[in-house]
Amino acid sequence: MLVSWSASEGFAPQEAEARPSRCPDNSAFKQQRLPAWKPQLTIATVLSTFFLTGAFCLSVGICLILSANSVREIQVYKCSDCSKLRENSYNWNIECLCSVDFKLKEDMLGDVFMYYGLQNFYQNHRRYVISRSDAQLLGRDVNRSYCAPFTTYNNGTPMAPCGAIANSMFNDTIDLFYNFNSSVIQVPLLKTGNSWWTDKNVKFRNPQSHNLSSAFAGTARPPYWQKPVYLLDEEDERNNGYINDDFIIWMRVSAFATFRNLYRRISRKRHFADGLPAGNYTFHISYNFPVTKFKGKKYVILSTMVWSGGSNPFLGIAYVVCGAAATLTGFIITAIHLKLRKKKTYFQK
Amino acid sequence: MLRAAGPRRLLSLASWLLRPQSNCIKTSKYNIVTFLPVNLFEQFQEVANTYFLFLLILQLIPQISSLSWFTTIVPLVLVLTITAVKDATDDYFRHKSDNQVNNRQSQVLISGVLRQEQWMNVRVGDIIKLENNQFVAADLLLLSSSEPHGLCYIETAELDGETNMKVRQAIPVTSELGDTSKLALFDGEVICEPPNNKLDKFGGTLYWKENKYPLSNQNMLLRGCVLRNTEWCFGLVIFAGPDTKLMQNSGRTKFKRTSIDRLMNTLVLWIFGFLVCMGVILAIGNAIWEHEVGVCFQIYLPWDEGVHSAFFSGFLSFWSYIIILNTVVPISLYVSVEVIRLGHSYFINWDKKMYCAKRRTPAEARTTTLNEELGQVEYIFSDKTGTLTQNIMVFSKCSVNGHSYGDVQDVLGHKAELGERPEPVDFSFNPLADPRFQFWDPSLLEAVKLGDPHVHEFFRLLSLCHTVMSEEKSEGELFYKAQSPDEGALVTAARNFGFVFRSRTPKTITVHELGRAITYQLLAILDFNNIRKRMSVIVRSPEGKIRLYCKGADTILLERLHPTNQDLTNVTTDHLNEYAGEGLRTLVLAYKDLEESYYEDWSERLHRASGAPEAREDRLARLYDEVEHDMMLLGATAIEDKLQQGVPETIAILTLANIKIWVLTGDKQETAVNIGYSCKMLTDDMTEVFVITGHTVLEVREELRKAREKMMDASRSMGNGFSYQEKLSSTKLTSVLEAIAGEYALVINGHSLAHALEADMEVEFLETACACKAVICCRVTPLQKAQVVELVKKYKKAVTLAIGDGANDVSMIKTAHIGVGISGQEGIQAVLASDYSFSQFKFLQRLLLVHGRWSYLRMCKFLCYFFYKNFAFTMVHFWFGFFCGFSAQTVYDQYFITLYNIVYTSLPVLAMGVFDQDVPEQRSMEYPKLYEPGQLNLLFNKREFFICIAQGIYTSVLMFFIPYGVFADATRDDGAQLADYQSFAVTVATSLVIVVSVQIGLDTGFWTAINHFFIWGSLAAYFAILFAMHSDGLFQMFPNQFRFVGNAQNTLAQPTVWLTIALTTVVCVMPVVAFRFLKLDLKPELSDTVRYTQLVRKKQKTQHRCMRRVGRVGSRRSGYAFSHQEGFGELIMSGKNMRLSSLALSGFAARPSASWIETLRKKKGGEGSTACSPSGAADKTLKV
Repeated sequence: MLVSWSASEGFAPQEAEARPSRCPDNSAFKQQRLPAWKPQLTIATVLSTFFLTGAFCLSVGICLILSANSVREIQVYKCSDCSKLRENSYNWNIECLCSVDFKLKEDMLGDVFMYYGLQNFYQNHRRYVISRSDAQLLGRDVNRSYCAPFTTYNNGTPMAPCGAIANSMFNDTIDLFYNFNSSVIQVPLLKTGNSWWTDKNVKFRNPQSHNLSSAFAGTARPPYWQKPVYLLDEEDERNNGYINDDFIIWMRVSAFATFRNLYRRISRKRHFADGLPAGNYTFHISYNFPVTKFKGKKYVILSTMVWSGGSNPFLGIAYVVCGAAATLTGFIITAIHLKLRKKKTYFQK
Repeated sequence: MLRAAGPRRLLSLASWLLRPQSNCIKTSKYNIVTFLPVNLFEQFQEVANTYFLFLLILQLIPQISSLSWFTTIVPLVLVLTITAVKDATDDYFRHKSDNQVNNRQSQVLISGVLRQEQWMNVRVGDIIKLENNQFVAADLLLLSSSEPHGLCYIETAELDGETNMKVRQAIPVTSELGDTSKLALFDGEVICEPPNNKLDKFGGTLYWKENKYPLSNQNMLLRGCVLRNTEWCFGLVIFAGPDTKLMQNSGRTKFKRTSIDRLMNTLVLWIFGFLVCMGVILAIGNAIWEHEVGVCFQIYLPWDEGVHSAFFSGFLSFWSYIIILNTVVPISLYVSVEVIRLGHSYFINWDKKMYCAKRRTPAEARTTTLNEELGQVEYIFSDKTGTLTQNIMVFSKCSVNGHSYGDVQDVLGHKAELGERPEPVDFSFNPLADPRFQFWDPSLLEAVKLGDPHVHEFFRLLSLCHTVMSEEKSEGELFYKAQSPDEGALVTAARNFGFVFRSRTPKTITVHELGRAITYQLLAILDFNNIRKRMSVIVRSPEGKIRLYCKGADTILLERLHPTNQDLTNVTTDHLNEYAGEGLRTLVLAYKDLEESYYEDWSERLHRASGAPEAREDRLARLYDEVEHDMMLLGATAIEDKLQQGVPETIAILTLANIKIWVLTGDKQETAVNIGYSCKMLTDDMTEVFVITGHTVLEVREELRKAREKMMDASRSMGNGFSYQEKLSSTKLTSVLEAIAGEYALVINGHSLAHALEADMEVEFLETACACKAVICCRVTPLQKAQVVELVKKYKKAVTLAIGDGANDVSMIKTAHIGVGISGQEGIQAVLASDYSFSQFKFLQRLLLVHGRWSYLRMCKFLCYFFYKNFAFTMVHFWFGFFCGFSAQTVYDQYFITLYNIVYTSLPVLAMGVFDQDVPEQRSMEYPKLYEPGQLNLLFNKREFFICIAQGIYTSVLMFFIPYGVFADATRDDGAQLADYQSFAVTVATSLVIVVSVQIGLDTGFWTAINHFFIWGSLAAYFAILFAMHSDGLFQMFPNQFRFVGNAQNTLAQPTVWLTIALTTVVCVMPVVAFRFLKLDLKPELSDTVRYTQLVRKKQKTQHRCMRRVGRVGSRRSGYAFSHQEGFGELIMSGKNMRLSSLALSGFAARPSASWIETLRKKKGGEGSTACSPSGAADKTLKV
């Protein structure tokens, strides 16, 4: 050992000086001593959380239920004669008109919205959802491979707009008539302003050309369409082609197989300045969209609106239940804490 | 001796026809060309990587591609690149170290001339010349050396960890071959055993000039040894490269995996199975749906080309669902786990409290993949020398003629801190004093100066009775070469007190007694051995008196004293007990005057006995026994085998943490037991210490059986009335100390261990050993160390940690789950083989109790959360499947799917995984029981996993059905449709991000600024990216890729959407809060309690110390402390080793680096057969 002493101690100091210090920094980060907030679940915080949450949920729930109750909504099932006709796809060009009468027992005050509802229409099917070309809808002529299976015709003519979504566009026309003192008044309906601003102004744009029909030259309408896209609204240039509101709304696919899309808003003029007065009404429907084929149904819906949207009671009820549960849990926790907890949860020393 | 497959022949250099085994080693894996293919091949052997590659291929098939390919390729490429860079760096360093070792120079005798050759060019059969302090390049047969009689000294520390020097001797016929011309003519043939890993055995025969000469280990220089104190020597290469004993002995390097890793892999497989199940369910759903509904829907959505039946559509949809549901096993899991481990490793490297200022070495996590296993250790296997002890012997106390010297004269109590100590005794009167020697009691020096005859005799004995060699480079500059550090310490003590051992010849010893040179005639050395446990010298003083000086173990020596010593014996025994109680190694010193006539007679008989052909040993022993009788007691010495700092405290705390510590040492039983006591592993409170020393299988079995029976009996008798359970529960919180009341200890010897480790006894041994509080295995070989570890690993299913400092610990370090090397010392092989290294044993407690515990906790919390968040995320698709015709439509935007795991949720959970702390570090030390959850694997196991999964699925159900309930038929406040797909996607995604963020907030127990930044930052990033992705600009550029344009601003402006998000959050989180609180309230964990105590204390603003420190308990016991071996006495008396050149010492300081040893050892692992040329035990013949 003596030998090794002389050996190791002989050069250790020199070596030490030659090397830079290897001592780690004394920083709070490296020493894991960063200041930190150490939250803990204490009875006070837990109980206050539960009771406050309970109170919040209950009040929101009640508000929601109350406001949803003021919504007036009426749903009308569409005519069955035409649906039979449309079952046979050979009749596609036969026009079928039907009218549906209904009665409003009380006024629908405020803005009234007209929807068409579809049931069992799987707009959320993966292959359906991806079957569109947003570049085309933006007025660009690009490859339409996204649109399969509705891309081109056998002769190579591209479809405009292409894709399964566009092809299956809802194409009934619905008019509403008010039977007022044995005279029939057509309810004025607004067909624009129903879509999102961003959709109308950013997402959809017609191809640039001197007029719309030439912009779509060289393309053909989708197979199920009765008229080409540049004739969707011949009256209003700013509602024609891809930027047609009905088209835009249809192109915004629904998350579920049962859905409703906004079709028209009631123009609050003259008789209808305050909404729809109570009385007898008739829908005149040009029935084009077949639903029986896929075992679906369609409706026409009239509804008013509040701050939380239309009449869906789910949210309000859910809030009330949740609030009640939170409050109840708060009480249960209090009881358990008082009765059952371990007496010694910390060291006394 | 083993004579396996066939003898190996070595022939002379003359015929170079067969170029035999080269000395080249190769540990690297790749070269520039092979790197990419080999590395990629290796990486794709990882199941995870292959799985993601498979997914990627699936995504490229358009019919089933439900997600864009980039959702998989981005993370996959990232992972592959990171791993490849890491592998390349590692291999670069391996190349470097290979080259360094292979290009070392050695002198090879080629056709009569010494030439410098690189190590890799050394072949079997070459004769090479070694010089002092050089590493031995291959296994050599020693032919001749500069020292007389062909002796040469080697240090084998790299091989077996023993730091004392060993002697090797050339066989007489070759020892004459001192110069190159004679050696060049050497044409012997060696037949020897095939390469093996037995370091202490070698068998072979040299055929030369028609004669046969047997060869033994005594003639061999093994690769890895260092030549010491020998100017030069020549050796014949017997084994080279991978055949050398060093290489053969290096354990296999296994890629270590943590138990969490293995669990994780199992779970990933389960999840994969779950994924397939979901896929099947949804595929069946798809087939039915297409059959019932999809068929009718074909006018609007015809089936894809090639799809003709609902069944086939279902088949395709299965793969599509596999793709979109794959996020339950995200690739980012593996990356994140690695990142967290890396972070923890850095914290270990950065820890100032694990930095040893003295050795200037910080702790180092050399493996970054094992951190959380540090929190689960149940067994620690520790080396002794250099790990528990410093391998420095200090003459600390002595008792002379009934007076004890050496207590520190200190008013503040005898265990004063270093700074408070008084000045050490001044030895300046003595020009020959060793300046490094320190002694604290001036009264001993005064006694010497006053001429106390007893004290003089005491030191005279110390200066005469030993086998130390001295060396005087210049006048007064003495160097002692002691075989054991104990002896060195004793002789040095005598030197400083004025009895300087100056020089010796075979027949004389010259001592400077207080400045006066006196030469004693050395008549006999009665050497030490294990049975005698004492050594004596018989000297004739210049006055002509013959005296026997003896030192030895108290147990032996006290029986051999003259009866008149009774009173003195009693006092001395008290002192001995006192010393032993302090953990000192004690020796008793005695002398005896011999009559001239008696000596003549005895010496005559001794001469005859030593010449006797048979039973020489016995006859000698009897003669020794006879003369060492009726001795006069002089006193006792106490040597401190200096423990490393804080060893007893560390062991106490680790024991409290329920970690079992086994000491595995190559040292002697006595020494090992002694250290066991001094570091409080063994205490006198223990019921019994079983010592197993049997030499045969039957003996060992019998001893083990007896030990077990005794323990059973005791527990049966104790069991009445006081159940162990009660004891446990009562001690659980208040006093963890009492739980370790010492019971039994087991000491087992190497040769017994060899039997105990045999297949039919190992279970028995393990059971016995595990029932004991402490286990000490002494005299064990490196391989046995590894076997013991393997045994525990195999049967106990517990996490093992091995800690050691020397080459002899390498195999154990590699075998254990976690290997720790003590760094900052001379040898670095242990460090290079280790997973963690630091320079003090005491840092182990911090490594385990603080870093390990936190790592485990963090990793478990991380995994729980990670699985939770991915199930919550992915299962939504499953529920949505029932509403979208099982068409594999995703709920979310594809960018959300890509970024969810990478950006939105990765950083908060990473921050938690890196920074979280449940209790402050001091508390981990105060309450070692906090370590237990890790050992019991409580925080992340299959049960916890299912809870996480259940929570994830619960969340996903709410995440889907609440928005569904709200959105169905709902409209916006402006009358437009609310339930469009894109709005739904945004709503679900937003509420998911918010819910998982709230959840991580609940999980995070330690909110540093970084946690705040990451959690709030992730939320902010989500909204920022959401608006960016839905912005006009991106849409204008890539209209088909960014279809969600304007969605964020339109959807998130709806109060209904926000109410939905709020409701989802509340419903998802509140039950968790309630459960957590109730668990805390009704069944608190120890850590909860500790944390709560903190809170309460902070409020009370009082400070308490909670744990009693471990007191120093004196233990009455004595031990024998020779750590050297028999045989030097004979050498001295024969005068063989007397010519030691001073040159031999001069170059001592310049020790070559030892890193190549590691390279050699590593080589065994992984690519065991990549040595440059194949080895084998086949006959090889060449002529020298």
